Amino acid sequence: MSPTLTDANLAASDPRDGLAVLEQRGSTAETFGIPLAVLAELTHRCPLQCPYCSNPVELERGGSELTTEEWKNVLTELAQIGVLQIHFSGGEPTARKDLVELVQHASDVGLYSNLITSAVLLTREKLSALADAGLCHVQISFQGNEPVVADRVAGFKHAHQKKIEVARWTRELDLPLTVNAVMHRQNLFQLPDIIQMAVDLDADRLEVANVQYYGWALRNRAALMPTLEQIEDTSRIVEEAQARLKGTLAIDYVVPDYYALRPKKCMGGWGRQFFNISPAGKILPCHAAETITGLEFESVRSNHSIAWIWQNSEAFNRYRGTGWMPEPCRSCEFKEIDFGGCRCQAFALTGDAGNTDPACSLSPRHEQIFKQAESEAAANNNRFIYRNFAGGTLEAGGDHGA
Amino acid sequence: MAGLRSRNISVSEASRPVLPRHAKLKFDETRQVWVILAPERVLAPDEIAVEVLQLCDGVCSVEAMIDQLAEKYSAERGAIATDVIAMLQDLADKGFLTEAREKTS
Repeated sequence: MSPTLTDANLAASDPRDGLAVLEQRGSTAETFGIPLAVLAELTHRCPLQCPYCSNPVELERGGSELTTEEWKNVLTELAQIGVLQIHFSGGEPTARKDLVELVQHASDVGLYSNLITSAVLLTREKLSALADAGLCHVQISFQGNEPVVADRVAGFKHAHQKKIEVARWTRELDLPLTVNAVMHRQNLFQLPDIIQMAVDLDADRLEVANVQYYGWALRNRAALMPTLEQIEDTSRIVEEAQARLKGTLAIDYVVPDYYALRPKKCMGGWGRQFFNISPAGKILPCHAAETITGLEFESVRSNHSIAWIWQNSEAFNRYRGTGWMPEPCRSCEFKEIDFGGCRCQAFALTGDAGNTDPACSLSPRHEQIFKQAESEAAANNNRFIYRNFAGGTLEAGGDHGA
Repeated sequence: MAGLRSRNISVSEASRPVLPRHAKLKFDETRQVWVILAPERVLAPDEIAVEVLQLCDGVCSVEAMIDQLAEKYSAERGAIATDVIAMLQDLADKGFLTEAREKTS
């Protein structure tokens, strides 16, 4: 019997999977089908200062952000070329005063909209207006399950309490809720309580997302890297909760790839099924791509269409497919499974984005990276460098609970 | 399990299922295929699922859906009923169907 549903986002090792089905239908960008979902980073402004922020260390200032009209044109163009879902992210997307207008426009052009937020700037009125504008889903990040750890990680007083309040409003307004819990050495001990918090908040979904080490998180790696023992506990806790909460709370789990044997299929493969739009309108293969020096990224402000940039720009084509691969990737049987892992991580850790991701056990650097992660975790230096526009601020000294 | 409310409904002929807010059934013009849009996922339902999902408006009962499909395909009602309920239950278990909410107060 054929399946009723085919998951369009699953790894495309099976040519009959949903992604392949959808990609075969042909679209404006014939060679590489237009992605189903796009991440719009509306701004890099954010009241929180999380030390693992996925934004680049070089943040874009408010003055360079796309205007309301420019974002609306982008949304219209995305819908026209076949994008189905838009994730409004940041920075903090609610720092944009025009967010309701942009969500309404996304609805008007037929895009499924998701808000990825820290929640601390939301009022009930604003959330209600977003729901009325057609917002389909809300994802709120949490830094812990109680204020002491959570507010310290966020670098923002009363952040946790505010998030709890907004999560409740979200469900009162009948909006579906994903709790995104970013996990690292200093909060992994709270994981069972975080899972219970998600249940208590009546969340539909929980993302247990171990920090990925680029940009700000790479600068803070020594303060964030979990121990191998923590990771083993985490996997056990997540598996137990997934079984226990089936039908109540869906749990997605992102492993820290430093402790993996195979690299992650980052972004589903470079330029294969995802792109990101930066606050100033650059079209990027992933939100960390600007950390790779030497690549030029085209902007929606150029005279190229988004589909042209996706299909033809040099940055997208540089690491597409498998032709660019060196050994050990080139002759590897997994090369179309993981596409060589993450280009940004390869660049950050080896200085060359064209190398095999050191997260892979076949990388000559894997052993060294793993040892380094282990020793950083064991050293237990817990001081953060907080994320801000000034290039980061070292946490005030004192006891951070070793 | 005490204290835990399952989000997933149990489908019977009396059910009046509807897609929850986070799941949208849409015809994708670019790829010429029906899709279900859900958080972080895009799914491609097959033709029969699309036909049944289009009837899930929160007003139409499963009983009425079965009658309608049995008549349209001149098929034996019992067989259609088994297939339709199994399919709806499968969709409900995956979180793509909910029960139309009764008006309270």
